[in-house]
Amino acid sequence: MSASASSADPLHRRWEDEFEPEVHVYEPHKVGLPPLHAYVHELWRRREFAFELARTRLAAQHYGTAFGMVWLILNPLLLGVVYFLLVDILRRGHHPPGFFAHLLGGIFVYYLFSDAVRPAVKSVTSGGKLILNAAFPRTLLPLAAVLTSIMRFLPTMVVYFVIHAASGLPFDVEMLWAVVPLLEILVFTMGICMLVAALQVYYRDVANFLPYLLRIWLYASPILWYTAQVPHGYKWLLYVNPLGGMLTAWNEALNEGITPGGTWLALGAAWAVVAFVGGGLFFVSRERDFAVRI
Amino acid sequence: MPAPAAPEPRAAASASIKVENVSITYQTALAHRQTLVGTLSRIRRRRKVTKEIRAVRDVSFEVPRGTVLGIVGANGAGKSTLVRAMAGILPPTRGRIEVHGRVSTLLALGVGFDRKLTGRQNVMLGGLAAGLSRETLAEKYAEIVEFAELEEFMDMPMRTYSQGMYGRLAFSVAVNMEPDILLIDEALSVGDAHFKRKSFDKMRELCEQAHTIVLVSHALRSLRELADETIWLHRGELVEYGRPNKVIRAYQRFLNVDEDDEETQEDV
Repeated sequence: MSASASSADPLHRRWEDEFEPEVHVYEPHKVGLPPLHAYVHELWRRREFAFELARTRLAAQHYGTAFGMVWLILNPLLLGVVYFLLVDILRRGHHPPGFFAHLLGGIFVYYLFSDAVRPAVKSVTSGGKLILNAAFPRTLLPLAAVLTSIMRFLPTMVVYFVIHAASGLPFDVEMLWAVVPLLEILVFTMGICMLVAALQVYYRDVANFLPYLLRIWLYASPILWYTAQVPHGYKWLLYVNPLGGMLTAWNEALNEGITPGGTWLALGAAWAVVAFVGGGLFFVSRERDFAVRI
Repeated sequence: MPAPAAPEPRAAASASIKVENVSITYQTALAHRQTLVGTLSRIRRRRKVTKEIRAVRDVSFEVPRGTVLGIVGANGAGKSTLVRAMAGILPPTRGRIEVHGRVSTLLALGVGFDRKLTGRQNVMLGGLAAGLSRETLAEKYAEIVEFAELEEFMDMPMRTYSQGMYGRLAFSVAVNMEPDILLIDEALSVGDAHFKRKSFDKMRELCEQAHTIVLVSHALRSLRELADETIWLHRGELVEYGRPNKVIRAYQRFLNVDEDDEETQEDV
């Protein structure tokens, strides 16, 4: 076919159309962003895949059966008890009322984060055959890990509210503010999941470091302790810890039933956006390279 | 960025696949398992971390609608890389690829990406990832299972499958999706003699139904029978493009095998 014919060809389009279902045009763009509008459109079109993957993974972890569902509640609750005993021993029994509820609320939402990141890190490298066989937005793989984690998180909130009531803490309208830091944590989690999943493709030992990092991160966040207990000179640690602001706001709203501090909310939002945009752009700009790296 | 032209119905859709001056070069990690620790130590010792591979070099051809194109070539000739580029999995480094139609791929035995999951779950996930709707999948599911003859295995984890069962399921998924374009890499001979016969018949049926098919294979006798056109790649370059008989004979002369040796190549 001559050059003139192809330029007159109405289908001789640019690679915006790469993800169109019927006509595909592939042109060089190894590193660099695909057209984001088309990418997001295609991502949305394939959302069923992420949901199905999340559901299937959850079922595969033996949570599919009726008895398995019990573990969804029991696991985080036992975890909370373990940390409570730990802190109780360290503090020799001195803790403010409602501390157990504070601890559980923090742990549950922290596990929403870490239970997403842990499987997300290998989501691309272990999805090898799927990646080598089909062209689809690869962000679906780490995002499916976030969905699985959300599905595990929701029943734990029931546990929280039971303990909240049992601890004699009041239920206020201000508690609804907790939705804001929760959304921040979710956006932040998505960003980190995309970041580590892409890093793992290039450095296969990222997954080895991660469990230790997540453990330290847990101790460094206001979960086993209160933000108010931080000595004045060390407040900056809560600012540089991305989860510091989000978890403080989460606890203020959920546990203390007060309107969270604007600084914490703004700080959390800033970290969430930075992680999401940074992690997302890094992943999407590298994802074409994945097929040859796996 | 200019807005894409309004999609007009294509009057003369002559080519299903157009490959224009395509070169594919990629970096691959030298280490078997690239790690952060390993990379740091390699950088400190000033060793190279990645190696450049020029898998495809300035290849151009067109596949007219309804044509069965065979691709032959020695190991490492760039056949698989080229097919992946046509599937949109690898982007070309230079040049341009245009594909018209819905594509189904059978590369690297794609189904069964998670061996812990059942056959059914893998078929569903693979199909959804390929962009099929839940409804379409539900419609095709029975057909896929029946063709693969795996009725009683679909709810078992795929780690319990034999290699042949893997192949049968993957083949069945790829051919039952009613694609406009089917890209197949080295999967003509899966399963036992019975299934091989069946898949060959299915292939011939698809070939006759004006589907566009690209077949990468070492099974030269099958290619001779199925393909309308054949490409011979060598070290990433297009050596010859033409009728299967002519190209395959040239390729065999190059390999130094004669027709009698075809038997030995059939099951590779």
